[in-house]
Amino acid sequence: MKSTGAKQVMTGNRTGMQTSPELAEELIEGANSAMPSSEGGLEEMAEYREEYITEGFPIGSMPMMPASEEGEADEEEAGMAVFLDKLSERLAFERMGTRLYEALLNKCDALGEQSPGPTLEDIEQIGREELEHFLLVNRTIEEIGGDPTVQSPSADVAGVASLGILQVLTDPRSSMTHCLQAMLMAELTDNAGWELLIKLADNLDYPDVKAEFEVALEHEEQHLLNVRSWLSECVLDSAEV
Amino acid sequence: MTLDIFKEKGTPLDSQRFTWRELVQAPTSKLDDDAFTRVRIILMNGLEANAIRTSHAVARMMNGDMRLPLAKVRRVEQHQQTMVNWLLPADLSPLETTIGFEQVAIEVTASVALREPDEYLAQVYRFGLLEDFDHMYRFSALMDRVMGADANNIVQNYSDIMPGRPTVVEHRAPEDDLREHYDSTTADPLSKLHALTITASENQTHDYYMTIGPMFADPIARQLYAEIASIEEQHVTQYESLLDPNETPLEKWLMHEAMEVYNYLGCMQYETNPRIKEIWERFVDYELGHLHYVMELFKQFENRDPAEVLPQTLPEPIDYQSHRQFVRETLNAEVDLRAAGTQFTHKDDEADRAPLSIAYREQMNSEGSPSEIVAAGYTWTPGTELAEGKSAFAKGASA
Repeated sequence: MKSTGAKQVMTGNRTGMQTSPELAEELIEGANSAMPSSEGGLEEMAEYREEYITEGFPIGSMPMMPASEEGEADEEEAGMAVFLDKLSERLAFERMGTRLYEALLNKCDALGEQSPGPTLEDIEQIGREELEHFLLVNRTIEEIGGDPTVQSPSADVAGVASLGILQVLTDPRSSMTHCLQAMLMAELTDNAGWELLIKLADNLDYPDVKAEFEVALEHEEQHLLNVRSWLSECVLDSAEV
Repeated sequence: MTLDIFKEKGTPLDSQRFTWRELVQAPTSKLDDDAFTRVRIILMNGLEANAIRTSHAVARMMNGDMRLPLAKVRRVEQHQQTMVNWLLPADLSPLETTIGFEQVAIEVTASVALREPDEYLAQVYRFGLLEDFDHMYRFSALMDRVMGADANNIVQNYSDIMPGRPTVVEHRAPEDDLREHYDSTTADPLSKLHALTITASENQTHDYYMTIGPMFADPIARQLYAEIASIEEQHVTQYESLLDPNETPLEKWLMHEAMEVYNYLGCMQYETNPRIKEIWERFVDYELGHLHYVMELFKQFENRDPAEVLPQTLPEPIDYQSHRQFVRETLNAEVDLRAAGTQFTHKDDEADRAPLSIAYREQMNSEGSPSEIVAAGYTWTPGTELAEGKSAFAKGASA
C-alpha cells in the first residue's frame, strides 16, 4: 500500500483521571452534585434478569440420538448425550485452537522470532498437535455413533467464550505478549477440558478413548507449560527484571 | 390464504402499544430453531428498518401536515423492529448473523425471481441473487479460516455454499448499477411488492455490514466487510432504481404498508415456532392498521382511491424453502452475465459495453482483492476444511 505520508502524533495514553486533573475535578464535582433518578441498587438489575432466567429457555439442545437398542437404559442415553455434548465442545475448541495457533504463527512470522518467546518451530509443533487433537475428537465422535458436524450447546457456549481470545490473536496491533496471555486462557481451559473428558470416558467405560485422550492431555500439559513459560519470560524481559 | 386488505382493518393505530419487557422477549435458539425462522426475522427486521428510513426521508421532504402522521406510524414501526430484531440470540456472532443475512438474500430473492411476473425484473433479481450467493461462500471461508467454525450450522443444509459470480468482478460503476423502473400505472402489484421487499432487505444488509465491519480484529475480515458492503450499496442502488420515481411519496408509503402486511402474512403462514408465529400474527394486524390509516391519508391528501394502486387481495407469499435447484440452474446459465447500463451482457462484451465498470473495478482491486484472498483454494467441507486436514500445520504445509 502506498504511504499517505502522514505521521501520527503520539501523545500517549489519554485514559485515566491523571491525564487532565482540572477536568477530572470538574467531572467529580458534577457527578456528586446530582441525585440518582431512581432508588435502590444492583438488586434491581438482578431481579429483572431473574425474570428472564426463570423463563427457562435453553441455549439449545442435542440432536435426536441415533435409534437406541431395544431395552437400552435411559441412563446410558443420558450419559452418552453429555459425553457427545462435551466432545463437541472439545472439537470446537481444538478447531478454533488450530486457527488461533495459525494466527500466532502468522504474527511470529511477520514480526520475526524474538527471544525470549516461541520460535516458529515451537508454534508449528503445538499447532500440529491441536490439529491432531481435533481430528482425534472428530474420529471419536464418529466411532461412538455421533455426528461431528453438530454444534452442541456446550460447543456453542465455548465459541462465545473464546471470541475474545480470537480477537486478540487476529488483531495486527496485538503484541506477542498480548497473544501469549490470551493463549494462556485457552490452554488452561483446554487442559481442564481434556481432564474432564478423560473422566467421562472412564465412567462411561470407553477405555480405548480414555487412553487416547490421556496422550492428548500430555501434549496439552506441555502446551500449557510452554505458553506459561514464554509469557513469563516475555513479561519479565520487558520489565528488565 | 386470501386476505381482503380493504375489509380487514387490523388493529387501529391508537391501540398499538408496547412495554419494554414485551419488546425484549426470550430470543430464538441458534441451534434449535429452523434456519427459515431466522431468515424471516432478519427479513422483517430489514423491512421495518426500511419503513423507518423511508418515513424519515419523506418527513424531511414533504409538507408539514404529513409529519405527525408519519411520526405516529414510525413510532410503532420502531418498536416492531425492536421486537423482531431482538429475537436474534446473543450467541449468534456478527459473522454468523452475516451468514443468515446472505441466506435471506439467496432464498428470498430466489423466491421473488421465480414468482416475478415481469421478465426484465426477474432477470434483475437473478442477477443480484448470484452475487449474494457468492458472498455466502466468501463469508463461509472467512468463518472457517479465522474462527474455525462451519457456516452450515447456520445454513442448516438448505442453501449451497459455493462460488457464484465472483465478488471480485461484481464491482461496477454507478452508470451500470441503475436499472429500468416498473411503470406504476401498469405494473402487476406483485412487482411493486417484490421491488420494495428486496430493496428494504438489501438496504438493511448494507447497513448491518457497515456497522459490524469494524468490530472484527482480523484485517482480512475488515477488508472483506468493506468490499461486500460496497456491493450491497450497489445492490441497494440497483433495486431501488426499480421503483417508479413517478409514484408520489404518499403512494410509496401506502405500498410500503401493503408490502409489510404481505410479508408478515407470509411469515405467519410459514412459521414453525408457535411463539414467533404469535408475533407475526400480531404484526399482520398492526400493519393492516397502518395500511388503513395511510389509505385515509391517501384519500384526504391526494383525493385518490387507494384501490387505484392496491390489489384487492394479496398474492401468494414468499416461499420459505430451499431453492437449491433454481439457484444452480441460474448459476449455470447466468454466472457470466455482467451489467451494461440498465441491461445485461456476456462478460466477453463487458469491455466494449461497460468500460467504466472495468476501469472502476481495476482501480478498486489494484492492491488486492479481499474476497479472492480469503477464499483462495477454498471448498466448503462438512465440519470445516480442518476436517480434511487443511491447515498451515498439515503435513507438508509451510508457514
